Parts: sequence; structure tokens; C-alpha cells
Amino acid sequence: MIAILKYNAGNVTSVENAINKLGYSTVITDDNSILESADKVIFPGVGEAGSAMRHLKEKGLDEVIKALKQPVLGICLGMQLMCTYSEEGDTLGLGIFETQVKQFPPKDLVPHTGWNNFTSMKSKLFENIQARNDFYFVHSYYAEICKETIAVTDYILPFSAALKKDNFYATQFHPEKSADVGIQLLKNFLKL
Amino acid sequence: MLKKRIIPCLDIQNNRTVKGINFENIRDAGDPIELAQRYVEEGADELVFLDITATLEKRKTLTKLVNRIAAEINIPFTVGGGINSLEDAKAIIGSGADKISINSSAILRPDLISEIANTFGNQCVVLAIDAKFVDNEWMVFRSGGRIATELKAVDWAKIGTELGAGEILLTSMNNDGTKNGFACDITGRVSEAVSVPVIASGGAGSKAHFAEVFTKTKATGALAASVFHFGEIPIPELKQFLETQNIPIRL
Repeated sequence: MIAILKYNAGNVTSVENAINKLGYSTVITDDNSILESADKVIFPGVGEAGSAMRHLKEKGLDEVIKALKQPVLGICLGMQLMCTYSEEGDTLGLGIFETQVKQFPPKDLVPHTGWNNFTSMKSKLFENIQARNDFYFVHSYYAEICKETIAVTDYILPFSAALKKDNFYATQFHPEKSADVGIQLLKNFLKL
Repeated sequence: MLKKRIIPCLDIQNNRTVKGINFENIRDAGDPIELAQRYVEEGADELVFLDITATLEKRKTLTKLVNRIAAEINIPFTVGGGINSLEDAKAIIGSGADKISINSSAILRPDLISEIANTFGNQCVVLAIDAKFVDNEWMVFRSGGRIATELKAVDWAKIGTELGAGEILLTSMNNDGTKNGFACDITGRVSEAVSVPVIASGGAGSKAHFAEVFTKTKATGALAASVFHFGEIPIPELKQFLETQNIPIRL
């Protein structure tokens, strides 16, 4: 069973559809015991960091997520909330990844919208994925590069396209919206 | 490197894809889901669905269709047409759309842009602008191009992005359906004036037209309908061509 975290952030339907198509059953939940016993947990997210974090705290989900032992995948805002701090809403995050989330300087178009590739360090998450493969990004804030960075994309400046620490994985891009290569990445995560 | 986006647009009427010329003379172009799936396989970077159905039952039928699209499509898609309130936007996003496109409703009540942006983020709000060159000026039209407004296209694009639109979908009514190429002048001016991505729309007739709009303007996406629906420009061929023109493109 793959648990998809339910909180006040947007569109989880597409994540659910993508996982179901790969033959896994899913549950969208904010129930502690279901999250703890799931094989994998996906922490999706489109939305605003400040209000999303407040919602997680109200439900006590911040502590639950940090204590998870199985593989966890944060996507987009989910990834940003797993960092120590976000400039969006001046918000403290979960602090799983030791890096900060900042707003893109207005040197080029923001949001960073569209398909972009990344250079990656070796990770099981990227098996059968090449450096020329493009993934779908849409974001105005980015996570700074840190020791947990496993993929770097350059837009306005180099930033963390993916992060990993212990059982926690995260991508700034949306694998569920990235056609075949995105499906491959989700497959890789589900096999962990 | 960020790639330029090729975006097929599906005009939907009563659950069928349709296409008009200069906003009129509508003809049938097939089942939207089948067409959308074909575009995903061919390498389309995003899809836009514009619902032009005008019935009271509209929202219900549209959310059903959006649900079906979301279940079948694993690239981003935008839904527009008759979204008049935050409640409408919530229903569409809740059914699985990634972005909402608003046009007339934003002209009539600009605060709608902020309301949707504050709820779902700027990246969810696409401001669609239908522009027509009248008396030496690109003016904004609303209600499917039928009603003139006092707004100049460049000014409205600036106002819209200040209110929270994360993207501009700019259609030239003069060029739409003509296959004579995109309106590079107004696309260039709008894309210089705002700091959000601009999608050029209206007039695509050849592969060279796409190369032209990407090299002459800062547009990061180009949208077309009939040249894709009726197979005149196969997307894989278009993308191969753009790559030979040194335009960054996803293959």
C-alpha cells in the first residue's frame, strides 16, 4: 500500500493516477497509523508553504513525517517543506534536508515553468534515466544546493532538483507530470 | 536548459473537439481524450482544453471530462472556458487540472485572478488574452472575441501578472486560423513587458512559424490547434525541425 499524504495542498489526483497505473494500490490519508504502516509514503504538493506547514502542524503531521522509516518521496512543495526553512511565507520546514528554500531572483522568467533536465549524482532514483531526459518543473522558489543534493538543475542559478537523506527522497520537478521518464522515476522509487 | 513548449489546444464543445476559423465556422475534430493521448505519445509538452459549451449543466460535464483527462494524461494540462468564480476554479483543479485559464471573467472582475492565485498559487493561473489589431493598436477582446474592451493588450498583461497570473496565453485574433504565422510583434511586446512565461497562439501554419516566434520573441510556448488536429504538422517532425534550428526543445 502506497500512502499519499493528505493535506491542504492541491492536486494529488495525478500522483494517485500515476501510481495506480503502475499496479500499486494507494490511499490518500492523514491518519498516523496508516502513514506509519504504508510500504511507501508520497508527500505531494502544489500550494503555498506557509499555510501548508501550518496545516501539517495543526494535524501533528510534521512529527509523523519526520519519524517515518520507510521510503518517502517529497514532490515540489512537499520537497520544499522537508527543508529547514522557506522564504515563502517565512516558514520553518521539517528540517529533514539541511538546506533553505529561497525565491528565484527576478533575472529571468519566474515561475520556472516547463521541461528541464538535470545533472545527477548516482542514485537508485535515477536508474534508466539519462542526463538528457527532461522533467516538468513549475516553481518560483528553489532549494539551495547542499550535501544531500542528488541532482542539480540550472535555471537562473544552479539549485537542487532532487535531494536524498537516509529513507527520504525528494524532487523539485513533478514525476507524475513528466510523461514516460517521470513514470520511470516513480517506478524506481516504488522498487526501493 | 529550459525547453520551449509545444502546446496543442483542444476546443471542446459538448464533449467533442471542435475547431473554428477566426473564432467562427466550427468543425468537428474528434474525441478529446483520444486526441490528447495521441499528443502525449507524440511528445506534446502540455495541453490546453478550452470548453466552449454554453449550457447550464456545463460545470458538471466539464469536471467529468477533466477527471477523465487527468486519469489518462501524464503531462500538465490547462482547462479554460467559462470559469467565472473561485468555486468554478476549485471544481476544475479538484478534478485534476494543473492550471486554470481565465479570460472574460478576469476582464469583468480582475480580482478573480488574485483569488485563484492566492488559493492555488500563481503557477495555476493562466491569463488568456484575445488581442486584435484595431486602429494601430492591439486591443483586448472578450467573450470569445465578440466584445471589444478599452484595454490594450500590453497593459492588460502587466495588470494581470501584477494581480497574480503566472502565465499569459496570448492569442492574436487577426492571425488565428489564417496559417500565416504567429503575431510576432504583439507577442514580442507582451513577452518583454511581463516577467512570466508567455504562450503565443494563433496563426501557426508551418514549422518555420514556430521557429520564428521562438527566435523573434521571448515566448516560451507556442500553441496551435488545427495544424495538429488534422495532421498537417506532426509534432515529432516539428520538434526535430526546431532542434535543427538550435531551439531548445524536448525530444
